[in-house]
Amino acid sequence: MKHLRTVTILLAVAFVGLTVISCKDSKKEDSNDAMHSNLSTNEAEMNHDETMDSNTMNASNDMMDSSTQNSSAKQVVLDYMALKDALVETNKDEAAQAGKKLESTLNSFNVSSYTSEQQKELKDIIADAKEHAEHIGKSEMDHQREHFKILSKDIMDMVAITGTETTLYQQFCPMYDKGSAWLSMEKEVNNPYYGSKMLHCGTVQKEIN
Amino acid sequence: MVLFVAFVGIQFVSTKQNQSNVIPKTDFLLVNNPPKNIKKLLQVSCYDCHSNNTEYPWYNKIQPIAWILEDHIKEGKAELNFNEWDSFSSRRKKSKLKSIVNQIKDDDMPLLSYRLVHQDAILSKSEKELVIGYMKQLKDSLK
Repeated sequence: MKHLRTVTILLAVAFVGLTVISCKDSKKEDSNDAMHSNLSTNEAEMNHDETMDSNTMNASNDMMDSSTQNSSAKQVVLDYMALKDALVETNKDEAAQAGKKLESTLNSFNVSSYTSEQQKELKDIIADAKEHAEHIGKSEMDHQREHFKILSKDIMDMVAITGTETTLYQQFCPMYDKGSAWLSMEKEVNNPYYGSKMLHCGTVQKEIN
Repeated sequence: MVLFVAFVGIQFVSTKQNQSNVIPKTDFLLVNNPPKNIKKLLQVSCYDCHSNNTEYPWYNKIQPIAWILEDHIKEGKAELNFNEWDSFSSRRKKSKLKSIVNQIKDDDMPLLSYRLVHQDAILSKSEKELVIGYMKQLKDSLK
């Protein structure tokens, strides 16, 4: 008897599921296509960069250290700042938007101008940061902030490799989750973990140039 | 009638089975060797979709259920495959552990549909606390 009931339920679920799946599949194909075209442009870009690299290798290698920041890295920092500002304002929807934007920037991050060791580290950071950005894109405020904390660590480690053209301030709130840091472009502390509840709580830990 | 014919028809479409006898050296349970009770909970509640080996239920012989399961398993493994745990960097391990904790805390995992048909995969309150505590401790132990 119990079996019979399970079977009936399963069949009902199955039919609904089938309709859902058939819709979903066509969607998936679309996004796959989009991804393919994305990939091929990326490849084209990379090849292009390689040829450029071999021409300008000597010149750019010397300058690489911290003064020249890769344009993807620059955009990541900008997207991160938009996210941080949305969290300061406790605006969930804007934070979600910023998270999605950051995710897509990370997706097209071009690491080819870095050494192979840096590339390895960067790819790891990007993979991690992407996951957090994705979650921020679809979570409630409290989860957005939890992910932002780990994301901040990722971005700090990224900046340590890519360098930064604009001055960044590493700030720290001792209250949130046993102490949490973040990056800002202004020296004045505006707390992304608490927003207006404790807007100016925190200290400047470090100036990154 | 049309639905019935379609239903019979799709029974002949086969799906890929997610099964393997090999437990890789990178496996979560192998590397971390958690206490037996936690090991059991993870195997029953998580490993069906988050590893290379699924213990298929009898109704996996019925379409379109098999498709639904295949889809869930594919997504689950893409998000986290416990068999490949140790190939993650410490950075990513910590993020995954954080997500595991949140997912269990919020009842997002195991999936509702999975819990409905797998009564044994439901984590009781104390079992949840046990797993969450273990994952947190593991996260703090990582450099």
